[in-house]
Amino acid sequence: MSRQTDTRVRVPDYPTRAFSRTKPLGLGQRARQHRSFVLGALLTALLIAAALLSFVWTPGSAYEMDMDAALQASSSRHWLGTDAFGRDLASQILVGARASIAVGLIAVSIGLALGVLLGLIAAARRGWVEEIIMRLADFTFAFPALLSAIMLTAVYGPGMVNAIIAIGIFNIPTFARITRASANAVWSRDYVMAARACGQSRTAITLRHVLPNIASVLVVQATIQFALAILAEAALSYLGLGTQPPEPSWGRMLSEAQTLMFQAPLLAVWPGVAIALSVLGLNLLGDGLRDLLDPRLTRER
Amino acid sequence: MALLEVSNLTINLQTHRGRAQAVRDVSFTLERGATLGLIGESGCGKSLTALALLGLLPEHAQVDGSIQLDGQELLGLSERRLCALRGNRMAMVFQEPMSALNPVHGIGRQVAEPLRLHLGMSRAQARARATELLERVGIAQAAQRLDDYPHQFSGGQRQRIMIAMALACGPDLLVADEPTTALDVTVQQRILDLLQELVAEHSMALVLISHDLGVIAQNVEQLLVMYGGTVVESGMTEAVFARRAHPYTRGLFAARPQLQAAPAAGHLPTIAGAVPELVDLPAGCPFAGRCPHTRDDCYVQPPPARTLHQPSMPAPASLAFWRQPHVARCLYEQVLTQGAKA
Repeated sequence: MSRQTDTRVRVPDYPTRAFSRTKPLGLGQRARQHRSFVLGALLTALLIAAALLSFVWTPGSAYEMDMDAALQASSSRHWLGTDAFGRDLASQILVGARASIAVGLIAVSIGLALGVLLGLIAAARRGWVEEIIMRLADFTFAFPALLSAIMLTAVYGPGMVNAIIAIGIFNIPTFARITRASANAVWSRDYVMAARACGQSRTAITLRHVLPNIASVLVVQATIQFALAILAEAALSYLGLGTQPPEPSWGRMLSEAQTLMFQAPLLAVWPGVAIALSVLGLNLLGDGLRDLLDPRLTRER
Repeated sequence: MALLEVSNLTINLQTHRGRAQAVRDVSFTLERGATLGLIGESGCGKSLTALALLGLLPEHAQVDGSIQLDGQELLGLSERRLCALRGNRMAMVFQEPMSALNPVHGIGRQVAEPLRLHLGMSRAQARARATELLERVGIAQAAQRLDDYPHQFSGGQRQRIMIAMALACGPDLLVADEPTTALDVTVQQRILDLLQELVAEHSMALVLISHDLGVIAQNVEQLLVMYGGTVVESGMTEAVFARRAHPYTRGLFAARPQLQAAPAAGHLPTIAGAVPELVDLPAGCPFAGRCPHTRDDCYVQPPPARTLHQPSMPAPASLAFWRQPHVARCLYEQVLTQGAKA
């Protein structure tokens, strides 16, 4: 058997990209090459997909109790087994994603809307306005989300809405601070001076120059706050201050599994994995976005 | 009435070391279509004077005196009224074209901004006008490049874009703060020529700030030499350049690098000492101590303004700037007259 010899010139396998590339890669291409961003985006997509899927289909029922099927191990019928009341664990985890996303989305929106507004006002007005806003932010910061949630619960009773409000309030000073800090940096730029020399008002400069230039910082912070909100929701539900039964929530699944730690340890593992993966995914997404949107902040790898 | 009348402008800055008088008692007038140069070392107050004209000083600055544009007092004007004037009646070109354009917006939009703001143009009108303006300042194929971002232009091009932006609404007064300092020497002259053309075209008044004697010599009719926040010498550019009455002006000229006459010692002459911190300025002459003619009185007594030459020929109103007297500040008249002999 005669082997055909390959006469083509072999191209050495060392990276030549840096030299051959004529045009800088677009955002989409760079995103695909960023491994942690891709992983983060996948995990986040998985979280959202789980929540969406739970509206139309779940493998079993997340609500229906079946005492005969209590504490079963995984099987073809109950993929992740059942809890002490015989509810399907996989279904509960899918439905529980809804609570996490709802809390994250609304709480981050509250924080983003009010915090960014306050931060922008502080940076644009300076002087005593800035002092008052930032001292109020410090004051709010002194109360962790858990503490404000407990206070709200004490006054209005436990529930998901109160948990969302508490986490949202906690997000306001975070966004206010980061907005003010980045906005102040933009305000000292030459192009803001040039815009002022062209007669633009503070409001116009804030909207046209400051906001677009800090948008990437805010997007990154929002994903990180989203992850923190999921954690906070889980913590509040674990303490019985968040999502109320029979609505499934990862935090509450953890607290219910706690008493059965030695009989059925997997009951705690699955919601724990769900929380960990969601938070990890959002954090990786945030880090990746930061690298992609603002390459100057990239850490050396 | 002169277009711009600045009288006894004084700017105090609050610094962590105490109050600093950054600009002291600066006065000048500028006619429509006239050009004025401000020259001096860094920290002499020339940029602050320029910012004061447009009301762009930092908030902690205290301003006294008077700045009148066409008879309207600008100091103490509300931010709202100032915004209506900036970019419309008066405009400014900055030193750093690399950072004076917003990196996230296309240049067309940035040039169109003042047009929409002050002249109420529609988006399409402003865009069309921005194209014309960019073409006028020499951006090739302006129509195709309207949506390009600042980083796609060179420094010289960006400065041209900044000029287009400043001139968009046809201001009466243009303040150019070191417009060519950040540019290559080859580009500098072209930018200055462009400024000259546009100033003549629109009969604008130009305040040109520079530390470069060459730039000043070729581009302005009238000159203020600033040191330590005060105007130490002022007059028509030819007069000041010819006579160099104030010791500081003489020092500046001596420190110029010259090709034809290399200094014997092989070193460029310098002005001894360093610019004093504004907080530590002596009560008397700010140049006291560095001046070769310093006497004890110089530290205490503020130097009076001495008119060295008063043009006797009454000039027609359109050439009113020719009437500018030559003035220098020094305690001792003989020091100023020495310069004339030298």
